[in-house]
Amino acid sequence: MNQITMATAYIMLLRRDMILAYRNRAEFANPPLFFVLVVSLLPLGIGPDSALLAKVAPGLVWVVALLATLLSLDSIFRSDFEDGALELLLVSPQPIAVLVLAKITAHWLVAGLPLLVFALPLSLMLYLPISALPVLIATLVLGTPVLSLLGAIGVALTVGLRRGGMLLALLVLPLYVPVLIFATSAVQAAATGLPVSGQLAIMSAMLILALILAPLTAAAALRISLN
Amino acid sequence: MNKLPVDTRRDAPGLEVRGLACTRNERRLFADLNFSLSAGDALLIDGPNGSGKTSLLRLLCGLGLMDAGKICWRGHDVDDYRAEYLADVAYVGHANGIKLDLTARENLQFARALGHTGSASTATEALAEVGLAGFADAPCGKLSTGQRRRVALARLFVLEACLWLLDEPLTALDACAVLRFEALLRAHLDNGGLLILTTHRPVDLGRHEVKRIRLSA
Amino acid sequence: MWTFFHKLGSPRYFYDLSGRVLPWLGLATAVLLLIGLYWGLVVAPPDYQQGDSYRIMYIHVPSAWMSLFVYMVMAGAAVISLVWKMKLSEVVAANCAPLGASFTAAALVTGMLWGKPMWGTYWVWDARLTSELLLLFLYLGVIGLRNAIEDPRTRARASGVLTLVGVVNIPIIHYSVIWWNTLHQGPTISKFSKPSVDPTMLWPLLIMVVAFMLYFAVVLLMRARCEVLARERNTAWVRQLAAQA
Repeated sequence: MNQITMATAYIMLLRRDMILAYRNRAEFANPPLFFVLVVSLLPLGIGPDSALLAKVAPGLVWVVALLATLLSLDSIFRSDFEDGALELLLVSPQPIAVLVLAKITAHWLVAGLPLLVFALPLSLMLYLPISALPVLIATLVLGTPVLSLLGAIGVALTVGLRRGGMLLALLVLPLYVPVLIFATSAVQAAATGLPVSGQLAIMSAMLILALILAPLTAAAALRISLN
Repeated sequence: MNKLPVDTRRDAPGLEVRGLACTRNERRLFADLNFSLSAGDALLIDGPNGSGKTSLLRLLCGLGLMDAGKICWRGHDVDDYRAEYLADVAYVGHANGIKLDLTARENLQFARALGHTGSASTATEALAEVGLAGFADAPCGKLSTGQRRRVALARLFVLEACLWLLDEPLTALDACAVLRFEALLRAHLDNGGLLILTTHRPVDLGRHEVKRIRLSA
Repeated sequence: MWTFFHKLGSPRYFYDLSGRVLPWLGLATAVLLLIGLYWGLVVAPPDYQQGDSYRIMYIHVPSAWMSLFVYMVMAGAAVISLVWKMKLSEVVAANCAPLGASFTAAALVTGMLWGKPMWGTYWVWDARLTSELLLLFLYLGVIGLRNAIEDPRTRARASGVLTLVGVVNIPIIHYSVIWWNTLHQGPTISKFSKPSVDPTMLWPLLIMVVAFMLYFAVVLLMRARCEVLARERNTAWVRQLAAQA
């Protein structure tokens, strides 16, 4: 009797969520669109002064990336909760943490990766020095998975609630602050030619910590929420 | 997740529940519930709406928190050996749990991958069992309510489980589908499976021993 | 010791014990508050740099201390309620949240009032104040989550998990903010850090800290007693109490 391994369950659930995202692609295009819209709005509000924009660009890009991620978080568990599929995940003999990790991975591929793609042209629009671009991408690669991982904990706690919306932001944004601080600091350092290895090392450490702890915490939170 | 020292699947299948109590929203639904089932037994849970039928079934799946009590499967406490227990359980709840954007076949393939063993029936075989053989590649959003319910029930066949926990499985099914499904339930019991279901209507399970629990509001 | 904790799990025992202890705690709180306030606000000499405006430290520092201490108490209660499922710890955790939020708000407000004479502006993105602000958000998150969940058991467990997530994050957030602050403002000495103080100023500060802790204990016990009565309203001993009143 061949057993279904955790790896198989992970890959199949990831595939399922990616297929679902693809078949609903209009809906999943919203957060990246938000990202592009808001970053385009900022110079209209602050003024086109290139020196000023270049100075605030790292922080602006990252804050808007945070907000776009926040917008997309609800989709991790919402549709499964509504049609009963989430319950079935909790009744599976496969470890829930692995299944949750699969869903978080799918969320990152659908909501986090597009941010990387759009960050390039957008940071050029904000006059970010070219020398800082690779570091910006590096911080997004290290940071956006952490956003998905920590966000999943918040969503898992609020999935059953009717008016979850603003509460999710309140729960999750304070957890995002360290990521924001180190990411923007790295990009600003790169823009002025200073070393970035320290910040990137800390971000890598945060990613590893989140990878280990977040799926387990989110799994526990799901079991509590689906009481 | 504990690994049992011996292969639990060699112990005889049997469910034993002692002193189960459940509270929801500060209302005590039931207390000191006791029953046991062995191979070939069926349990019907009866009662008015809101009496706790679904809560009881969900407690047996490991969803929700019990106030008190113990659930033992094959002689071992379910709390200690959750994964092994759930490997033997197939649950179909009130909601179908199928994704409307996927075809029936895809839904079942993914459901199979969340189960315990790769040697259960395939999606195609499962759909044939519930009479949806020709509908394998139709997106579930295009199926009728009764057909969607049958896809949800087809999950029982892609999971190799001996304990079936069903929450009102026959609602939304037409008379012909009901007869067909009752035959499938009888076949499951004939093969030594166990069955627990909540239902509003009478279910024909043939000559098998049917225990009943009636919950009051 | 263990039997004491075991007995404490009984709501009735807790209610009786706290009823006997509360008047003494209340008295001690009032006395220490009076002594501390008088000593700090009137007797202690003015600071040679800041004059009399430093005296707000006697409220600000204890509030900031308590804001963190109460979170730790809440986290400890969360662990006990998640692991041992003790109902009393659920009650304690529930009531710590608004108390802790109040202390944090008090620390922020007094910090802002202190900032005006010192920095000339009400708000400064100082590491400590920023950390306190984020701590306030963590508290509001716990309170918000509690308000949104109806089932009491789910509410206790969910807010317990959230509290523990917060506890893991507090040091990370705190050190990130300090790092961010030194990066942007250079190595300025934070005026809100514990001042190296003369003993004549230190003693009233310590008395105020103890007074605040006692105050917290008094209010927590009072709230916990109310909640215990509400939860146990269907039991015989509560009905008896109500009949006597």
